Amino acid sequence: MPDQTANVARGGGKRWSPILLRGLLFLILGLFVLYYTLPLFVMVVTSLKSLPEIRQGALLGLPKEIVLDAWKNAWSEACAGVTCVGLKPYFWNSVVLVVPAVIISTAIGAINGYILSMWQFKGSNIIFGLMLFGCFIPFQAVLLPMAITLGKIGIAGNVAGLVLVHVVYGIGFTTLFFRNYYVSVPVELVKAAKIDGAGFWTIFGPILLPMSAPVIVVTVIWQFTSIWNDFLFGVSFSQGDNQPITVALNNIVNSTTGVKEYNVDMASAMIAAIPTLLVYIVAGKYFIRGLAAGSVKG
Amino acid sequence: MEKLIARYLPKIVVAPSFAAVLFFVYGFIGWTIWVSMTKSRILPKYDLVGLIQYDKLWATPRWLVAIENLGIFIFLFVAIALVVGLFLAILLDQKVRAEGFIRTTYLYPMALSFIVTGTAWKWILNPGLGIQKVVRDLGFPDFEFGWLVDPEMALYTIVIAGVWQSSGFVMALFLAGLRSVNQEIIKAAMVDGIGPFRIYTGIIIPSLRPVFISAIIVLVHLAIKSFDLVIALTSGGPGYSTDMPATYMYAMAFSRGQLGQASASATIMLMTVCIFIIPYLYSELRQKNA
Amino acid sequence: MKLKTLAAVVVAAGMISSAAKAGPEVEVLHWWTAGGEAAAIKVLVDDFKSHGGKWTDMPVAGGGGDAARTALKARVLSGNAPTAFQMKGPSIQEWHEEGALTVGIDAVAKSENWDASLPAAIANHMKCEGKYCAAPVNVHRIDWIWANPKVLAKAGVAMPTTWDEFNAAADKLKSMGITPLAHGGQAWQDATVFEAVALGVGGNAFYKKAFVDLDPATLSGATMQKVFDQMRKMRGYVDANFSGRDWNLATTMVMNGEAAFQIMGDWAKGEFTNAGKVAGKDYLCAPTPGNGYLYNVDSFAMFNVKGADKIDGQNLLAKLIMGKNFQKVFNLAKGSIPARVDVPLNEFDYCARRSAYDMDVTSGNGGLLPSYAHGMAMRNAQAGAITDVVTKHFNSNMSSADAAKALAQGVKNSM
Repeated sequence: MPDQTANVARGGGKRWSPILLRGLLFLILGLFVLYYTLPLFVMVVTSLKSLPEIRQGALLGLPKEIVLDAWKNAWSEACAGVTCVGLKPYFWNSVVLVVPAVIISTAIGAINGYILSMWQFKGSNIIFGLMLFGCFIPFQAVLLPMAITLGKIGIAGNVAGLVLVHVVYGIGFTTLFFRNYYVSVPVELVKAAKIDGAGFWTIFGPILLPMSAPVIVVTVIWQFTSIWNDFLFGVSFSQGDNQPITVALNNIVNSTTGVKEYNVDMASAMIAAIPTLLVYIVAGKYFIRGLAAGSVKG
Repeated sequence: MEKLIARYLPKIVVAPSFAAVLFFVYGFIGWTIWVSMTKSRILPKYDLVGLIQYDKLWATPRWLVAIENLGIFIFLFVAIALVVGLFLAILLDQKVRAEGFIRTTYLYPMALSFIVTGTAWKWILNPGLGIQKVVRDLGFPDFEFGWLVDPEMALYTIVIAGVWQSSGFVMALFLAGLRSVNQEIIKAAMVDGIGPFRIYTGIIIPSLRPVFISAIIVLVHLAIKSFDLVIALTSGGPGYSTDMPATYMYAMAFSRGQLGQASASATIMLMTVCIFIIPYLYSELRQKNA
Repeated sequence: MKLKTLAAVVVAAGMISSAAKAGPEVEVLHWWTAGGEAAAIKVLVDDFKSHGGKWTDMPVAGGGGDAARTALKARVLSGNAPTAFQMKGPSIQEWHEEGALTVGIDAVAKSENWDASLPAAIANHMKCEGKYCAAPVNVHRIDWIWANPKVLAKAGVAMPTTWDEFNAAADKLKSMGITPLAHGGQAWQDATVFEAVALGVGGNAFYKKAFVDLDPATLSGATMQKVFDQMRKMRGYVDANFSGRDWNLATTMVMNGEAAFQIMGDWAKGEFTNAGKVAGKDYLCAPTPGNGYLYNVDSFAMFNVKGADKIDGQNLLAKLIMGKNFQKVFNLAKGSIPARVDVPLNEFDYCARRSAYDMDVTSGNGGLLPSYAHGMAMRNAQAGAITDVVTKHFNSNMSSADAAKALAQGVKNSM
């Protein structure tokens, strides 16, 4: 299929030589590769330098000698407060938090999207609109009422509370993704199933879910990234030993009057970023396919 | 009975999440509006005092700067991210070798938070450490790139970093859109001898309207929430020249014990969101019903 | 193993109070997360544990405590306040007004006779309606000027004792192509320089009137304009790339001889020490020109908590914080000096001894003043409003008259 669009551009080669055009294409693409990879390059390079070398300046240069201590330090020794255990335990705290939050919010989004596309009723569009608007609420504004609410429910400061927060503010986007995907599913399919006597759940389970893989990938990536990277809720609604990794990273990196160990800072940042990076690298292909399979259709 | 349940099942199933949204989004918005009309300082108080906080807000020069910055930022950020994203998507759609690798490098910034990349960005943009220094060391002593430290220009460095983070995602959206354009129409157009440029501007890009809308929604959402970005890059500086409503609200609520004022600014922010979103929702949902 | 832990808890509990309840327990929310600071607080934790207590650490770094304050607010509103929070200055009384603090440690303070071992000015910061609700750990001096002696010698200038001398020295350095003032353009650093200048240019009485009493006429007056005039000069003495620079990178500039002076609190010493530099030889410290002393006292405020074990924890924590040994070891690691005046200073370096001496002198003559830039002089709402004007003035071409006017206006608006 992509061949066709490729030919569109090649058709322009009548005036310019195709080779020149290709060269130009790769030059532009290459320049953008530089733009996108520059911060990552700086981080990796710095994490491999020794502290004296960083103090001497030349922050963007290659390391004279590669030192891996900073990575080891960041993973298992760096101090965030009085406990010097590196990021390792916090990494697992984040995993314990992110996995249920992603699963629950994706499941809710799937069911909501299913209802709001296949079982529309009077007012269902308004419900959808109201849910979607929730995506735009700045989290700083809901922090305090949320704290009061969690306290009243009695789940302040533990993982359940944090999962609830992430699920609630994830509903908007997950519902949006699934609804837009299911809207593009042919109505005839569902109609036929209904005539065959399939009910609400039998249409959703055996018929729709198996064909939902692309949108599930998109939703999971989206939710995983935003929950893993969350700092504000994590810092407000966690307690000493269940703080997520972003809070620990912040403690290592953002100390105001302590001595800065930039190599450890950068290694820590890289470690905190590895899961989301991996998700994008491994599942990136499916991400685009998922988007193409329907969720881009407004 | 069973039939009755079956009939109302969809509504019953969607009800809990709708109730949650009503409470956690709209209830909290109501709370914020209420507190914005009180004299709350460190902790919320609930005695109404009218619109004093709004009067004070609009009398604060820093807030005016923040609002103006948000306007400029939304416009530039959304426009540039769209243009770059579409441009890259079209280039990548030319059957490029190593597409997978290039696509991943464009997309990965979306995976990282600015807590992770903030320091690196600060160094890159700092004239004494980053690009300016490197280019000068390469033998161009007159090269200038000091936007980060220039109160007039610092906002644009935030645009640069913001576009860096999001344009790859926009590219992915457009790439997906391009891959699902109806090929028959394009073939027909080519048979009619229409040139490639005209095919893109006349046929393909207009057919991407839904993608534009999805992309704009995501981008506006990121722009309004842009908090980490500003804190990581400039913390609102030099001076407060790059302050934004989100950072202003945060400072008032959490570092300064001016909760009433913070709530007033949050209310204004939410109204700004309405201006963007309600027309969109209205037109989209009406269309779908028709 | 469980049995062993249980036994230990029981023994510990027996040592403190009745064996019926668990040992003292604290959860401490603070932002001392890295380097010397973390090492310093570790001293307290070990001390606490060796007395049979259980310490839950809740560190939140960032923005000089902004992130920690965010977490604190969320915790208090959810009815789950930490036992103790790193808090300082008038914020302590502000939180007390909101009903969040306890004065339970007053009994400990009385029996340990805190009043006698703290300077009166500092003791008052720790009290809520006359009773102790917080315990001080240290005194940082803010109005320090740090210098590189080699650079000064090369330019033939001495450590300045008046602002005119400073200006003359800076002009000379600048003409030689050396950056006179290493500075990081972040709002709090601008404010740090500003208050040192205000203290020196305006004098102690002016400083008190402007930043403690918040007198509108003083805030907008002619002396304040002179302070801003000097700030405009300071702006000319920093390098082009100062914006957003972290304070420690500015310290590095002094260390490496790229710049001559830095105005910064005495935590800057940690950066020098860490690089193996020696006070008096590799770097110099002196008070900024003037006769005053600007202090920043870090302290822990005690929150209302339920449970005898937590209240025991607060009492034990308060007692340990004010312990002589802790005050010595902690401050050796942190770069500050003990809040207690009766701790021997023979292990401290020159700068710290100078700080303690000056504190003693100024404590008697009214020159011992709270730092506005570090949240000691007024509530955060007003301090923030002032900092907005200071940083705006420093980073634009605002006139001194306009700045002084905006200062009074901003403070009024924030009330």
